[in-house]
This record gives sequence, C-alpha cells and structure tokens, in this order.
Amino acid sequence: MDSLAGLTKGFAIALTPINLLWCLLGTTLGTAIGVLPGLGPALTIALLLPITFKVDPTAAFILFAGIYYGAMYGGSTTSILLNTPGESATIVTALEGNKMARKGRAGAALATAAIGSFVAGTIGTLGLTFLAPLVVDVALRFGPADYFALMVLAFVTVSAVLGSSAVRGLTALVIGIWLGMIGVDLQTGQARFTFGVPELLDGINVIIVAVGLFAVGETLYMASRASTGQDEVIPLKGSLWMTRDEWRRSWPAWLRGTAFGFPIGAMPAGGAEIPTFLSYYTEKKLSKYPEEFGHGAIEGVAGPEAANNASAAGVLVPMLTLGLPTSATAAIMLSAFQSYGINPGPLLFQTQPDLVWGLIASLFIGNVMLLVLNLPMIAIWVKMLMIPQPLLYAGILVFATIGTYGITQSIVDLLLLYAVGFAGYLMRRYDFPTAPVIIGMILGPLAEQNLRQAMTISAGDWSVFFTRPLSASLLALAALALVAPVLYELWSRSRSRVTTATKA
Amino acid sequence: MDTNIPAGATRRSGRGELAIAIGVIGLALVIYWQVQVMPASPLYSKVGPALVPTLAAIGLFGLGCALLNAAIRGGWQTDEEAAAAPDRAALAWVAAGLALNVLLIGVAGFTIASTLLFLCVARGFGSRRIVRDAGIGFTFAVIAYFGFAKTLGINIGAGFVENTVEGLLPFIRKG
Repeated sequence: MDSLAGLTKGFAIALTPINLLWCLLGTTLGTAIGVLPGLGPALTIALLLPITFKVDPTAAFILFAGIYYGAMYGGSTTSILLNTPGESATIVTALEGNKMARKGRAGAALATAAIGSFVAGTIGTLGLTFLAPLVVDVALRFGPADYFALMVLAFVTVSAVLGSSAVRGLTALVIGIWLGMIGVDLQTGQARFTFGVPELLDGINVIIVAVGLFAVGETLYMASRASTGQDEVIPLKGSLWMTRDEWRRSWPAWLRGTAFGFPIGAMPAGGAEIPTFLSYYTEKKLSKYPEEFGHGAIEGVAGPEAANNASAAGVLVPMLTLGLPTSATAAIMLSAFQSYGINPGPLLFQTQPDLVWGLIASLFIGNVMLLVLNLPMIAIWVKMLMIPQPLLYAGILVFATIGTYGITQSIVDLLLLYAVGFAGYLMRRYDFPTAPVIIGMILGPLAEQNLRQAMTISAGDWSVFFTRPLSASLLALAALALVAPVLYELWSRSRSRVTTATKA
Repeated sequence: MDTNIPAGATRRSGRGELAIAIGVIGLALVIYWQVQVMPASPLYSKVGPALVPTLAAIGLFGLGCALLNAAIRGGWQTDEEAAAAPDRAALAWVAAGLALNVLLIGVAGFTIASTLLFLCVARGFGSRRIVRDAGIGFTFAVIAYFGFAKTLGINIGAGFVENTVEGLLPFIRKG
C-alpha cells in the first residue's frame, strides 16, 4: 500500500497547474523532437540541462520525463510516414508501418501506434509504481562492492551485448569512461588528463559530449550523405479510426509488446531496441495473417510500438531505484540529478518522495496528453515532417551552439564540441554505437567511486568482490555476457566446419 | 564476427577502418602515457587515481588491437556504407560554417555568427536559396537568443544585433 499512498500524494503534486504546464510542455516538445529526424530525447534534455539552475527539481524532471515519453510517440509518426526512423527504438515500426501508409492505411497505423503506446506506457508506469519500491527494498542492502559489480554488468550489457559488435561497443564505452575521468579526481585532488588546459580541470561537461555526438556528429554524417536524397513523406490518408478487425488484431499485440518491453527495460541491461525486435518476431509467428508481414501487417506496428514505450517506463526503474542509467537519455537525466546535488538510488524514495512520486504521477498524466497530442492533433506533426532538411540541420547546429557556448561562453568548449562532433561523425560512419560513450562518461566515475569505497571497507582486500554472493553473481553474469557470444561463435564455426568436412 | 566475408566476394581495402584502429591504439597509448606522468598522490587511498585509468588504457589497447585485426581482414563496414563516398563538398560547407562560428561568435555576437552558420549548413545540405536561408537563419537566431537563452538564463555573446534589438524593445512596447 506504500505505492498507493505515494502515488496519491504524487498526483496532488503533478496536478498543480504549474506542473501540468511543465508536463504539457515536455510532452509537446518530446513529440516534436521525436517526429523530427536527427533530434532525439538525449540531445534535447542535454540542451535543456541549464534549466536545472532555474527551476525546482520536480518541475525539471516532469519536463524531462515528458520529453522522454513524447519522443517515443513522435518517433513512430516519422517511421510510418517517412520510413526514416526518428528514434532507434522505432526502426521496426517502419518495417510494417511504412508499408501500411503506402497502401493508404496511414491513419490506422498511426492510431494503433498511439493507442498502443498509451496502453503500454500506462501499464509500464503502473509497473514502475509497484516494482520500484520492491527494488528499493533489495537495493538498500547493496554495499559498494555490489554496486560496483552491478555497474560492471550494466557496462557489459549496454555496450557488448546490445549493439552489433562487442568490440566497437566496448571501445565506445571505454572512451566514455576516459572522458568521465578527465579533470580533478575528487578523492585525491589529483588532476587527470587535463593536458595543462585549465578549462579541463572541472572535467568535460556531459552537455558538450552529448551535443557533439548527437547534433554535430549526426549533422556531419547526414551532410556526407546529403547527395543520396531525402525520403518522401507519405500524405496522411485514411481514417484515424481503426476498424473492428484492426482493434481485434491490435490489442493482443499491445499486451504482448508491453510484456516484452517493460521487463527488458527494467533489467540493468536496458535498451528499447531488443524488445521491439522480439515483439516483431513474436507477432509474425503468432499472426493468423503471416503473409501480410512485410506488406503492412498492423500487428507489426502495434507490438513493437507498445514494446518501446513499455521499455521506456522500465528503464526508469533502475534509474530511480539504483541510480543506474541504461540508456543515453537516462544517463543525461542522471547528470541532471547530480546537478541538483541529488543522488538517485534507493534513498531517493525516502529523501525526495515528492520528486519521485510527483514524477511518476506526471507520467500517467503525460500519457493521456500524448494520446491527445498524437491522435486528434496528428496533422500538426505531419506538417513538421515537411521541414526541408537543409533548414532542419542548420537549425540543429545553431541550437547546439547556444547549448554549449551558452554554459560558459568559452571558445575552448566550442572547439571541444566540434572535436567531439568530428569523432561522432567517424563513429557513425564506422558503425560505433554512441550511447555507451554517454553511459560510460556518467557511470564510469560512479563505478570508480564505488570501487574505492569497497576497497576502503575491505582494507584493500580484492577478494571482497568474489566473497559477497551478490557481487560475485553479478560479476559472473557480466563475464558470461561477455564470453558467451564469443564461445557460441567459436562453437557454431567449428560445427559448420565439421559439417562441411563431412559433406566433402 | 565482423569479418564474415562471403566466399568469392572481393576484399575491400578497409583503409578507413585501419586508420580508426590505429587511432584507438594511439589514444590508448596517450592515456597510458598520461597516467605515467601523474605524480604519486600524497593522500592515502586504497585505490589511487591511477588504477582505473591504467585499466582503461590497457582495455582500450586490447580493443584497438582487435579492431586492427578486423581492419586487416577487410574491415567491418557494410559494403553499402563502404561504397558510398562521403560528399566532401557538403562536409566542407558544414565545417566552414562551424569555423566561421568559432571565429565570429566573440567578435560579432551570437546572431551574426549563427546566421552565417545557418547559411553554410543549409548550403551544405543542398539549399541554393541564399536570401531565404539568411532570412530564416537570422529570425531563428534572434528568436533563439531571446526565447531560449534568456529563459534559461544562459548568457551567450551579445553583439551589435542583440544590443540593437534590446535597445529597440522599450520603444516597440511603448509604440
């Protein structure tokens, strides 16, 4: 009953006019940047981080969470009408959604995506409401060694397991950890990697890295591919009302998608892509109309869209209860907490109950707003898709400049932004994931801090990580996640060698 | 797992990948060198400031070697990506816009620097309507300056344009 009491109080906070306005602003902005290709929630929240100096934390996090949820809704519009996924988590939506739109059923595709997102978002937020206090109870028993092990596990899963290549994912992660260590070491006062530049003593601001990678790098990459032309926007045709048959085919897919999305999002691995793929293949297997897949099957939109929204709610579980971000957006939100001097973790529910429950209640309200924003008002967002690419990317770079130069008015920061942007371009071109850089940068220093605390408690005895059952099993899981794919690869390779040998 | 080249396919040079791999190894060496020149901390701590950076350097070195191995075997890019030559002219326009922005933002103020950045990037993406782009860029920059920056309370370089607009504001309100 703890959750219900908290939630009631949370609604009282979230329903105040000013917080409703923040929520509306967040969800509207989130939908807009979700619709626009090239802009994502991580970049947007990074650009808005200076707001943490002006407004109270509850308002700021209601705004950020609205952006986070809104981007998931808006991304599906772009996938369906433009076939260019607005967000990585909506790639699968484009497979069937765009085909539906080409057949003149764009309205039904948008409707099943929006309603599915609403259903999944609401169930996911309910899941967050009731799961989070349970996780807190467990997390309160965690020692520094366990936290360190948990972070190692998260490092491995977000970089090595979820991407297309473990080596490139880990490279991105280690570079992120290194960026996070630049500056004065808080425990010993030792300057690290500052190369004699005084501006680097305070460390590199995560805003610069996020904006550099997601705005400058992305723009450079798109410019290098500018000559390949732009996808056409499919005009919005067809009724927004789903037929009886479409409802009947959609709702089981929504529920199954939610069942994939929330638990996977809530695990310390996180990520919204995996559950969308799982949902897609499940729907394809279970569908009575498998022949429609690849030609615009509504289940193929309904399931993955529900999955990505449910996972967005799931990601907030480790984020709020353990202080463990498992996506780039969550990592930026964690840095917003740090900017307020708040430590997200199990104690957050005791020290900041108004913030936590106000935020969770606003997620319920935000979902309702997003349903309205994305169905009756869909025509507005379709107009945004018509913004020509040259103006869109030019605008993104102007905003990137404000966001970085505005913090310190330092040319050094601007040059750093462009350097990171060039690195981001190379990463994009050579298929390195960028999210692990941000996660490594935020989580790396926390992992180091926990490592040090654990070693101080154990008086320098390294065996502490293997004698504590929790930390030992988490580290074992991390090792397994790292080694198992390699072993499987070797095994299947040797097996295929054996079969070819016997055939010959 | 990145080197599954179908039998019979011609091997690409993978020169870009080679450069990336060498760059990663180089970065690992720089990190290691920086750790070596770090003075020993007089403060007592069980885990000193050098341990995690050392591990990062060693890890990155290993990863760089793995990348090098993959690059030598033909690279990891998809054929489609490797075949598409980057549009150098477009990149040059964007880079020029960024360079102008750095040079001018202090001297000429945010609006002028941003308008030029906007123009160059739009040109890089293939727009030829210079007057329209300049107009949109200028309006956008002014709105962004007064809307975004002032609301967030961040102070970006004011120049001639910003001061003029700010000076005119009282008259507009009165008028």
